[in-house]
Amino acid sequence: MATIQLTVNRKAYEVDVDPQMPLLWVLRDVIGLTGTKFGCGIAQCGACTVHIDDAAVRSCAIPVESAANQSITTIEGLSADGSHPVQRAWEQIDVPQCGYCQAGQIMTAVALLKKNPNPTDEAINESMTNICRCGTYNRIKKAIKLAAEGA
Amino acid sequence: MDKLTMTTMENSIRYPEETPDRLRIATSSKVVTRRNFFRLLGGGIAVALSQSCVYGWSDAPPVSEQLAADENTIAAWIHIHEDGSVSVFTGKVEVGQNIRTSLAQVVAEELAVPIQHIALIMGDTSLTPYDAGTFGSRTTPYMGPQLRKAAASLREALLEKAAKALKVPATALRAEAGKIVDGSSGKTLAYGTLTRGEKLLIPINEAVTLTAAEQWTVAGTSIPKINGRDFVTGKHQYTSDMVLPDMVYGKILRPPAYGATLAAVDVTKAKAMPHVTVVQTADFIGVTAPDPQTAANALARIAAQWNTTPQPSKAELFAYLKDNARHGGGDEDDRQEARRLFEASTHRLEHRVEVQYIAHVPLEPRAAIAEWNDGQLTVWTGTQRPFGVQEELAGAFSLAKEQVRVIMPDTGSAYGGKHSGEAALEAARLAKVVGKPVKIVWTREEEFKWAYFRPAGLIEVAAALKDDGTIASWEFHNYNSGNAGIDLPYEAGVKHIRYHPSRTPLRQGSYRALAATANVFAIECMVDDLARLLQRDPLEFRLSQLTDVRMRGVLTAAADRFGWGGKKAPGHGFGIACGFVKNSYIATCAEVAYGQANGQLEVVRLVAAYDCGAIVNPKHLENQVLGAILQGLGGALFEAIDFKDGRILNPTLSTYRVPRFADIPPLDIVLIDQKDIPSAGAGETPIVGTAPAIRNAIADATGVRLHQLPLIPQGLKMN
Repeated sequence: MATIQLTVNRKAYEVDVDPQMPLLWVLRDVIGLTGTKFGCGIAQCGACTVHIDDAAVRSCAIPVESAANQSITTIEGLSADGSHPVQRAWEQIDVPQCGYCQAGQIMTAVALLKKNPNPTDEAINESMTNICRCGTYNRIKKAIKLAAEGA
Repeated sequence: MDKLTMTTMENSIRYPEETPDRLRIATSSKVVTRRNFFRLLGGGIAVALSQSCVYGWSDAPPVSEQLAADENTIAAWIHIHEDGSVSVFTGKVEVGQNIRTSLAQVVAEELAVPIQHIALIMGDTSLTPYDAGTFGSRTTPYMGPQLRKAAASLREALLEKAAKALKVPATALRAEAGKIVDGSSGKTLAYGTLTRGEKLLIPINEAVTLTAAEQWTVAGTSIPKINGRDFVTGKHQYTSDMVLPDMVYGKILRPPAYGATLAAVDVTKAKAMPHVTVVQTADFIGVTAPDPQTAANALARIAAQWNTTPQPSKAELFAYLKDNARHGGGDEDDRQEARRLFEASTHRLEHRVEVQYIAHVPLEPRAAIAEWNDGQLTVWTGTQRPFGVQEELAGAFSLAKEQVRVIMPDTGSAYGGKHSGEAALEAARLAKVVGKPVKIVWTREEEFKWAYFRPAGLIEVAAALKDDGTIASWEFHNYNSGNAGIDLPYEAGVKHIRYHPSRTPLRQGSYRALAATANVFAIECMVDDLARLLQRDPLEFRLSQLTDVRMRGVLTAAADRFGWGGKKAPGHGFGIACGFVKNSYIATCAEVAYGQANGQLEVVRLVAAYDCGAIVNPKHLENQVLGAILQGLGGALFEAIDFKDGRILNPTLSTYRVPRFADIPPLDIVLIDQKDIPSAGAGETPIVGTAPAIRNAIADATGVRLHQLPLIPQGLKMN
């Protein structure tokens, strides 16, 4: 066990955990931010995507100690009420079905749009490697483009 | 929560925002019986969908007795509260098919209330009527009409009540936006005020007039997902997100292979860990800990030795299925006749089609939280069969069903893969011993290894043509995968069609469209090859053998949109396929491109036409069709479970490939709205056209006729 300082959604946290515990479990089970999901545990599906600074990372495969003292953003940190432009686009396009992957999809999309405000289909395919088993991919693409227009 | 160490969060179980406060009382974790449930509701008016008449309500004991007795005939109920809000109770569950929205739409339509006033309480064994489960595309064709009837009965009762209050004939009144309106005087009475201070339970009026689909204003429109915002903010609480006070996390010791039994085990290291409890019975070992990491660490410190027994492997799968098959029954006369015609024909084909096990891969793995309270068990879990899981738990712990409450929060998908209650049972076993609520969330590996698969199947099909090009004989044998979609939609002289159940090397169960994914594939490959044998156009050949106008309709619609018969680029091929399952029709066209130079095969585009009767929500229907087609794409091209000696060899998302963004071709969907035909469920059928359409396009492009699913797990190999 070790005491680790984290900054999540601009708030400071001190957690007393196994330093090897994946960031995902600290976010979900210690801090209680459950918007970020577990899907595979090996950084394949992207359900656990959060930001470290502005980069989208897969929190299931990052030991919490390596995220110490960095700025972490989760889906809850985008906005409390769904007013972030990407969340608004998602709602407008009515993207979610079961919804389980969508927090991760949105976080990946936000990071993509920060780097590339007008992504082509190819750029979306390349950056958006998250899995959606319900098959909402086409609507996600539409929502990313809508958010890009609105930005 | 600025500074936290390990914590549990009080009051963190959430119910849908729109759940009325009075129901929150009823949804605390204590077991609520249906008998006392009506007492917990406030005043207002309710209708129960029961064949028998049930009058009066609440304080008179005979009513609840009668309700309990009528449990099996009650399918749903609707309650209008005094404040005008509406609660709809159904045992159906939401797994991403968006029935929370579509069922609210049909109630809003018939009851004439704004959809925002409606809250659905779903899949809770204490609050909702018994329901066998959410599967088989049954919600829309069965629950939908029942709720419509219930809502319409309520509307009529309110009209009658208002007529008495206003002293005018009911025919002078209309129901509109949650109010009864007197057209002549302009007076309005809100639904809630009509029943203030009363508790009314009315019987359903079986003869009530329903609004025709042509007149729909709420149903039939693209209402967005109800509570959709909660899914873009991360606010929605899936089972795996929920936390109970004092809750601990559980992990279960798993065998390394099918058929393995525990030879020896040493749990001392795990037991020595602080805050860890090891639960051990003859056939079950689990651990609990205050956080998932510690639970996983504790499990890793259990040293177990296993006895294994010889188990089948993928290499011998299809021989195994045939060798272990039980004969499908029925007489053999038609078989002999089909054989005779086959042997006598000069135009005949015989195929052996192999279909692999595939996994559902719901992105939320199995999860459950179990809590014991004075011998009563409450379990939250993601399952398509809350009442089935209730029975499973009652059986396992020798409890009466009423002592077990199963609650299903809207869940991270299922696709037929969550009929069972493994995690619920495991959490309940651990919770009983540790005396605290226990949460179990399966890992992805557990989900791959210990859930169940779509059955593998071997299909043998032989067909012969008459000289006039019609089908003379059709002999079709399915070993193991099932009989869904097994019937031949085409005209044929002699048919012998059998499903032969077999022993399954791996655990198998339901899947989106069940065995229709295999049977329609085999049928549509054969029919396509028959057309090519006669050098006839595959679309024209199909139409010449089909009498069903709706099947013809989807074929023509898909082909028109696709540009069937149009020019193909070099190396490109067109394929078509159609299917009829569960009262709806799909036709799919595919274009593929084969690169001679690199040997790569690409699905260039897909077009599908779908007819499921009257459309309840066009946008969400399109989503379901799209989702089914894309799930079908994975099973068509590359999904397959690899296994050897009873061990799953690819139990991860890096070794088991599912469709991702880059795999999705341009897709065009034609929805055929048949206003005068009752709505069928749409979650499954559209999956069945994808694989055969792509396969037939590959045959068109390359001349290679594939007879296996997946088609090209390692790309297309040209001989």
